[in-house]
Amino acid sequence: MKKLIARLTFWKCFAAAIFAAGAYATFVRFAYGLGRSTNLNDLYPWGLWIGIDVMCGVGLAAGGFTIAALVHIFHVKRFEPILHPTILTAFLGYLLVIIGLMFDLGRPFEIWHAIIMWNPHSVMFEVAWCVMLYTVVLALEFAPVVLKRFKMSRPLSILRRLAIPIVIMGVLLSTLHQSSLGSLYLIVPERLYPLWYSPYLPVFFYVSALAAGCAMVIFESYLSARVFHRGLDLKILDEISRIAVVLLAVHMVMRVMDGYYRGIANLLFVPRMETYLYWFEMIVGVIAPAILLSQAKVRKSRNGTFAGTVLVIIGFVTGRLNVVITGMQASAGISYFPSWMEVSITLSIVTFGFVVFSVAAKYLPVYEDEDPKQEGSLHEVWTEDLHLVSQP
Amino acid sequence: MLIDITICVGCNACQDACKHQNKLPGEAETRLSATAYTVLEEHQGVTVRRMCQHCRVPTCVSVCPVAALVKRPEGPVTYDETKCIGCRYCMQACPFQVPRYEWSSAYPRVQKCSFCYDRLQNGRPPACAEACPTGATKFGTRDELLREAAGRIQGEPSKYVNRIYGQSEVGGTSILYLSGVPFEQLGFKTQLGNDPLPELTLNALSKTPTVIAVGGVLLAGVYWITSRREEVRKAEGARPDRARFPET
Repeated sequence: MKKLIARLTFWKCFAAAIFAAGAYATFVRFAYGLGRSTNLNDLYPWGLWIGIDVMCGVGLAAGGFTIAALVHIFHVKRFEPILHPTILTAFLGYLLVIIGLMFDLGRPFEIWHAIIMWNPHSVMFEVAWCVMLYTVVLALEFAPVVLKRFKMSRPLSILRRLAIPIVIMGVLLSTLHQSSLGSLYLIVPERLYPLWYSPYLPVFFYVSALAAGCAMVIFESYLSARVFHRGLDLKILDEISRIAVVLLAVHMVMRVMDGYYRGIANLLFVPRMETYLYWFEMIVGVIAPAILLSQAKVRKSRNGTFAGTVLVIIGFVTGRLNVVITGMQASAGISYFPSWMEVSITLSIVTFGFVVFSVAAKYLPVYEDEDPKQEGSLHEVWTEDLHLVSQP
Repeated sequence: MLIDITICVGCNACQDACKHQNKLPGEAETRLSATAYTVLEEHQGVTVRRMCQHCRVPTCVSVCPVAALVKRPEGPVTYDETKCIGCRYCMQACPFQVPRYEWSSAYPRVQKCSFCYDRLQNGRPPACAEACPTGATKFGTRDELLREAAGRIQGEPSKYVNRIYGQSEVGGTSILYLSGVPFEQLGFKTQLGNDPLPELTLNALSKTPTVIAVGGVLLAGVYWITSRREEVRKAEGARPDRARFPET
């Protein structure tokens, strides 16, 4: 028990330190502008905040639409227990992306301009709209958890009827913007390093997001099980792991074939930073976890599954940063490395996500639980459901 | 505009006139910046004037999510700061790395040459063209200037490299260059190709309506097909599936 308190206190101190640094960086960013708070410059306008907060934040939240589709459209009901935590992860993910954008945009309080000022030729316009609409979709998909907590039956039954169109919209919007994040880079063929530039960038971004979404489902389940002392349904995670393996394999094959057709084989052995990071992304992030998670022995172990998942996430983040940062260095004519303020803001945003998730998980019926006495348990919800259903 | 590098004497009158016209702070600068819309760069001992190319199919215009950058019929690509949200995609996408940013401002703007659009609308040439003492910067219609440039190359083939930079790069630009030294040696991007870059994203974006239509029908169809299975299970008296989300 003492150990538990000590541990919690350590993480809380760690989080507090990050927030302190982040608070200072926030002040500098909004009082003095991007020049003082970041290492971005005219030749290097996009950096860590776009690379992680936007590119990774959106991709890692991909689990939301995939699990929702599997459960509601494909009727794979055995994934039901992980649906609400996954939607929460996704919803928070998108809120964090928006927070990240508020820091990166030069004029963040004009972010609403895209609603009335349109340029349909711009990929960014499409991303902006899809992200806006999809965040609303996620809010609607998560709302039942909140409505149940406050026992609001009328809104709940309205949402019940709109569930399928909402989920379908979610899949369509997600497919569009997950791939469009890749499309953002289609317009810089002469600037993005050839190891990453491809006309198929949108497809690669989409498939890698699907794999990352699976990994986040497992990552969140594992951490929640440890922190909240819950059971972990390894059967569900086993299946998700196998889906991830297939997606990683598909991603690998696509990249290899694309690389072959674009003739980049000679770049694979040039001694440069780009080469090393490309291999790191492929080996650590795609090949290693695919091999690891393809083995039943690994999937049967909590820690083995978690390790494989962490590799996928590391690989995913590396891959995105390779496109945004690594791949753009050579052509920029200037080198870039994030400032400590950029790093502290990104860490603060991520930490904030963890904090909000644990608060939500504590006070809202996010999880299925076999213990009928636990608040928000399945038993309690079912009896409520029957009560609601029996009403005219 | 036609910029003939062989005639430029590096007097900086263009930059002075530009700064005066746009009310920018006066010190001379050698790199494009938020306070310098045109500069004279030194490459291999040659003075090279740089500015926004005002492309015929501008990449920056196509990528701006809120249409803050617009290609005017007269040629200039202008920036409307009241629309800008500061996403800096224009800076990321411009093949010539032209747009600059007010990084030290808490309410920053993108800064680049506007081709003196206000002056053009009043029938006056851009400030830099008017100020250039040697005629290195010459203002005219694109066709006239292309003919003129071709004429100069033909007239003195040993003086000029046989290329009009800006004639067809990324679909052609409104600023044309003539040089006596190969353009690669002067810091020009010579591998750009002749296709306008916005075509690359148009390929991807044009598929959006199809994705929505086909995807929507496909998903609705899958739902319909797999629903049948649920109905059958219920009819056969099987235990109802663990449906927490109140739906069926």
